[in-house]
Formats: sequence, C-alpha cells, structure tokens
Amino acid sequence: MESYINLFVKSIFIENMVFAYFLGMCSYLAVSKTVKTAVGLGLAVIFVLAITVPINFLLNSYVLQEGALSWLGDNYATLDLGFLTFIMFIAVIASMVQLVEMIVEKFSPELYGNLGIFLPLIAVNCAILGGSLFMQQKEFSGIVESGVYGLGSGVGFFLAILAISAIREKIAYSNIPEPLKGLGITFIITGLMAIGFMSFMGIKL
Amino acid sequence: MLTKKQKNKKSSLFFINKEREPLFSKKNRALLSDPLDDNNPITVQVLGICSALAITVQLKPAVVMTISVMAVMGASNVIVSLLRDLIPNRIRIIVQLVVVASLVALVDQILKAFAYDVYKQLSIFIGLIVTNCIVMGRLEAFALGNGVWKSFLDGVGNAAGYGFILILVAFFRELLGSGKLYGYKVIPEFIYDLGYQDNGLMLLSPMALVTVGIFIWIQRARNRKLIEKN
Repeated sequence: MESYINLFVKSIFIENMVFAYFLGMCSYLAVSKTVKTAVGLGLAVIFVLAITVPINFLLNSYVLQEGALSWLGDNYATLDLGFLTFIMFIAVIASMVQLVEMIVEKFSPELYGNLGIFLPLIAVNCAILGGSLFMQQKEFSGIVESGVYGLGSGVGFFLAILAISAIREKIAYSNIPEPLKGLGITFIITGLMAIGFMSFMGIKL
Repeated sequence: MLTKKQKNKKSSLFFINKEREPLFSKKNRALLSDPLDDNNPITVQVLGICSALAITVQLKPAVVMTISVMAVMGASNVIVSLLRDLIPNRIRIIVQLVVVASLVALVDQILKAFAYDVYKQLSIFIGLIVTNCIVMGRLEAFALGNGVWKSFLDGVGNAAGYGFILILVAFFRELLGSGKLYGYKVIPEFIYDLGYQDNGLMLLSPMALVTVGIFIWIQRARNRKLIEKN
C-alpha cells in the first residue's frame, strides 16, 4: 500500500508530466486561457490516462513483450512483437478517447462545446502516449501499480494546467512588453514554475 | 467557373498538377519557406512543443530528431494526401494515426539499428513523434485538402521550421550549459582559467522553456504583426 502512495505522489510532483518531461505541452498552452476549460481538459486527461495506462500494461505484458505470447503455446514463446508497440498503444488510446468524447457529449454538452476540437485531440496529446511509453520503460510489476501511475500522471497534468490557467487569467491585466504577450510570457512563466517543481527532485520516497 | 475546391480536386487526380505549375513555383516555394519564420510551427502555430523542449540539451539528438521528424512528416503527408479521397471523415484521425505510427515504428527500428547511442538518449521521444502535434496538425490542416507534391513540400517545410527552432535552442543550451557543440569542446581552456564557468542551469529542462520564450520575444519584436491582441 505504502509503495502505491509513494508512486502516486512521485508521479504527481517529482515526475510531473508537464514540468519534468514537457509532455502534453501543446494542449497545455492552447487550452489554458481560462480556468474553466482548463479544468475540463484536465479532468478528461486524468480519466483517459487512468484507463489507458493499465490497458496498455496488459497489452504490453500479454501481447507485445518478448515472450509475452507464451500463453498461446510453446510455438509462440520466442516471439517479440515490440515493433508493434506504437500502433497498438495509439489504437487503444484513440478508441478510449472516442469513448470519453461520447460520454462527455451525453452528460455535459456545455463542457463538450467548450472543449471543442481539443477533446478529439487528446488522442494526440503526448502526455497520454507518454504515460503508456513510460509505463513500458519503467517495467511495472502489476496492473494496480500501472493504474496508480496513470492516475498520478493525470493529476499532475491537471494541477499544472489549473495553475497556469489561473496565472494567465491574472496576468491578462499586467503590463507586459507587447511582443512577449500571450505565448512568450506563458513560456517563461512555465519555465519558472518548472524551476519551482524541481525543488521536489531531491525528495526520496 | 469551378470553385477552388473542385479545382484542387481536379488537378490532384494526377500526381502532377494539370496546369503545369512549375515544381518550384512561387507558391510552392512559399510552402517551404513560410514555416521557417512567419508561420513557424513552434513559435507561431504552437505545435510540437513537447519534443522541442525535452531533447534540446545537446545538438546531436536535436539534429537526429529533426531528420526523423522530417522523414515522417514528408512521407505521412504524401500518404495521407494520396488517400484523402478514400478516408471516411469520421475515422480520419485513426487512419492518420495508423499511417504515422507505422512510419515512426520504421524510423524507430532504423535508429535502433544504426544509431543506438542517440536512440537511447532520445528514449521515448522517438515514439512520441506519433503524437507530435505538428505531424497531426499538418495532416489535418493541409494534406487532407491538397495535392501530393504540395503536401510533401508543406510537410518538409514545417519539419524544417520545427528543426530550425530545435537546433537553435540546442545550440545555445549546449554552448552555454556545457561549453560544447555537437559533443566537441569549443570554449577554449584559457577562458575557464580566467574564471568563466559553464552555466549548469542551462542544462536543466526549465531553461528550454525560457529560451523558447525569448526566441518568441525576439521574433515578435521583429515581426510585429504576430503580436497577440490580449
């Protein structure tokens, strides 16, 4: 149990998707103009990450890894389908996103309208595929572990996009040099926030 | 009078444009050169930021990444442009993803075979070309509605604009952060003896963001029509 909590905290703060690995930057920059849409996107990302990482974990350990197909019989025990990783992972992610899109459309048409194009684009959000690829790289031992990792990464993204959108709403009234307005200052603020998040780095869990 | 769309469709039935537009006409050249400055994928369109930031500590991975993205973008733009009349609108994203993912798997295997040390360094970021927004963004915005040759130029041009920023950022980060360029020491010893020190902060990831922020500042100060309203 304790190790799961450690992993959860670690994936939120120390290995934050946005500030430590710069994953999901595109939607992070594009959807963070107002807090409301940012919260919507953040929640969608948490949901999709928490589902896709465990599914891809199963896929990885029972289909893709070297020797993963041994449950089919001895003939298949030496197969290595690793080169199919990207296609399989992205297919799972794309179908999950389609599912989320349908659910959101049904239960919250307002949010659906607000998120607009960015909902289908979650499929190409690097944070989602990144979560699955990191899961593969870290060689987690069980489905619960990978689920906790997916959830933690999602929460990390949520916190990051919530924070930047709040700051951007605030600085709309600040006196910023003209050419730096909008994108430029957002980059620099994100850099400063990332430096802040680096202070978590020394913590050993 | 044909509408623009019909015209496009008509000329694209063949691989070569029917109107005999020269291969490098003014319009086509603009497809290549626009993304380098006015319509840069990173600083203006805000696409493909993730990889641009994470792999720019040194010049070498940045160059390898640029070449990989260029290959994937050129090829995927051509393939999707060829298929564009066959792809049903509803499932186009999945089709595009499959095309891109297979190309990336190819690049991944090639790098693994011929440039293993760089491959290790880039780790998951080669795989993340699949979800690099530049690739998808250009497929959606351009290749789905334009002919093969034009799409190819657009793909290569955007990859070049992306690589331009990537290499620029990597140049400054490697130079200031470790005093090297492409792995070779370029800052002579005697400057260190005078008390110069490498700025370790440049090697840390947050400085990539600040560097790109400063590039955006410089670009928009030069080119004022890019300044955002609010």
